[in-house]
Amino acid sequence: MTCAASLSSIRRLSQVADPKEGATQTLEEVFCDTACDAAGVGFVLSHLAQAGPVLWVQDRLSRKEAGRPYLPGLRHRGTVLRVDVSTCADALWAIEEGLRCTALGAVVGEIWGDPPALSFTATKRLAMRAELNATPCWLIRRGAAANLSAARNRWRVAAAPSVAHPHDPKAPGDPRWRVELFRSRNLKPGTWVATHDRAQDRVDLAAPVRDGALAEGEGASWHRAAR
Amino acid sequence: MERWLRVKERHGTAPPDDLPLVLAREGHHGPVIHAANRAARLMGIEPGARVVDMRAICPDLQVEYADLSGDRTALDRLVLWARRWCPWSVRDGEDGLILDTTGSDHLMGGEAEMLVEMEAGLSALGLSAGLAVAPTWGAAWALARFGPVRAICGPEEVEQKLAPLPVAALRLEADTLVLLRRLGLKTIGAIRDVPRLSLTRRFARKSLETNPLLRLDQALGRLAEPVSSQERVPHFRAIQRLPEPIFDPTHYLPQLCRDLCAQLGRKGYGCRRLHLSVYRTDGEVSTIMMASSMLGRDAVHFMGLFEDKLEKLNPGFGFDLIVLEAGAVEQMEAVQNRLEGGAEDGLELSKLVDRLSARFGPRAVTRPVLRQSHVPERAETSMVALLDVAEQVLTRGLERPIRLFDHPQEVRVFYAVPEGPPAQFIYRRQTHRVIRYAGPERIAPEWWHDRPSTRLRDYFKIEDQNGQRFWLYREGLHEDGRGGDPRWFVHGMFA
Repeated sequence: MTCAASLSSIRRLSQVADPKEGATQTLEEVFCDTACDAAGVGFVLSHLAQAGPVLWVQDRLSRKEAGRPYLPGLRHRGTVLRVDVSTCADALWAIEEGLRCTALGAVVGEIWGDPPALSFTATKRLAMRAELNATPCWLIRRGAAANLSAARNRWRVAAAPSVAHPHDPKAPGDPRWRVELFRSRNLKPGTWVATHDRAQDRVDLAAPVRDGALAEGEGASWHRAAR
Repeated sequence: MERWLRVKERHGTAPPDDLPLVLAREGHHGPVIHAANRAARLMGIEPGARVVDMRAICPDLQVEYADLSGDRTALDRLVLWARRWCPWSVRDGEDGLILDTTGSDHLMGGEAEMLVEMEAGLSALGLSAGLAVAPTWGAAWALARFGPVRAICGPEEVEQKLAPLPVAALRLEADTLVLLRRLGLKTIGAIRDVPRLSLTRRFARKSLETNPLLRLDQALGRLAEPVSSQERVPHFRAIQRLPEPIFDPTHYLPQLCRDLCAQLGRKGYGCRRLHLSVYRTDGEVSTIMMASSMLGRDAVHFMGLFEDKLEKLNPGFGFDLIVLEAGAVEQMEAVQNRLEGGAEDGLELSKLVDRLSARFGPRAVTRPVLRQSHVPERAETSMVALLDVAEQVLTRGLERPIRLFDHPQEVRVFYAVPEGPPAQFIYRRQTHRVIRYAGPERIAPEWWHDRPSTRLRDYFKIEDQNGQRFWLYREGLHEDGRGGDPRWFVHGMFA
């Protein structure tokens, strides 16, 4: 009933694809439905290479509404360079400068809403720049509609009830996300439930359970007595 | 004192000569006198005495504060100015210059003529000086301060010339001078005549400044004291003169940058700052400054730093001269590029930081660094990017969120009083029911940082009905005497 496919197999699949069709290190967009949902950030972090400095660009509203990345919680071993800018245009400029630099492991940008500066042309610039230097670029977008964009893969990520904690039935366990790849250049779109195995730092994708009652019961079976 | 008087004269506020005037500096017990003018010296005021005591001697004493760092800078400039007489000069303490004139005195027509010329040159600057020529640093120091006017001392007559001078001419500390006076040794000759063994026993373990024997050896040339001259830092600048006044320097900037970098490369130097000045037709000068985090001489990188900043230049009615100057110049080794053509990773990263900080300001580009603290907002501090700090290695303890709010956001929480876990809370007009929770994790305030009224925090990791995971904390306890009821805050989010 559940067909499990690890994310690495999907990655491998895209690497085998014709390099002219699409490079593996490219521009990808992650949409978060609610501002206070950090699932999208966790999804992006699970994709970043462990080593290598990361440039993290935030515009003002993203920083105010969704906080800043917190180093003790990140499992990233390289340096994180944070750039705080005020507008989307500045953020795009900083992201593009970062993609131009060959020393970076990845560039992450957080942009709030649908600013006019983030047009199709702007995203195409970022995508081509990312593919030129083979630096992955992730745009995290909150409060945004999925308008026209040149991002090669576009994901929608939301939190899902977590895995049962192995020792404490009342506590939340490993995080789970509802991941939807709704537009992609060289992958097959689909919907998965991703489980982030934090001990081994790997993400397992599984097809969502069709049976509503079964899905309801899984994971969230323990309700608090204090409720 | 004389430098101060020259400055005052230039401003037209110089005091009359017959007014006793002193410059003071801070001492251990209040201000002490640093220098005095001639009228004050005639009244018996000595440098080193306390100002309050001297006010008792002379009630109408004028006191001004000395500019010690300014004096030092002026003296450093004078060191380079003095290279007109010899190529090897160095600053000596706070008030002296040492010139190694070996082999250069004949250019001035002998040592006596050289000293006369030096005195004339310095007095043209408005400075009086005591000058002496001697074979060693110590002897020259002593003769210039305590010897006859324009003393000249050959290599054979050092002992004879130094013998009548007081022991203070040996560059000793005040305590040692007091000690020597108590021993009855008043002149250098007296020290020399005492059997060396007995003095050695007394001053065996003393450092150079408190050891009269070592100082005597230095003055007599038995102990070497070389003069190490400092190098003059070269000045690099590229100039573009224009036939007609213009308003926009953009077209000339690439050529100026290339020119400056070629100059730097030829001498093996790099710079950290760039000053671009335009000289306007109405006589004004407008300058912008760019800073770079690493030493460099890369013209393309320098041009990138000026992007968007040229608007800050005020062209007025146009300018006809553009000058690009290199600041913070240091010697720099040429760096080998990698075989495939790219530069090293650290260099690339520093250039990126330069470009970002030039555009958004240095505060916008930061690097979070871990710190040893239990309080979450103190466990991470933002450092200036590329500043090398030793990271504190932390043992990974309890789980921490991946997002943190700069300011914790207060929420209304429904919970079991007094210390129960949260059951439901309203955050941004949305009701979140708590399905699962972990905690509490109690974090006490750090008494060495916080005010006594700071309340402790109980952190909970909670998961709501949609699966969103928050980091909530309750600030304070009921009846803890530090304010009213406990308050709840959302501090961060988990993945």
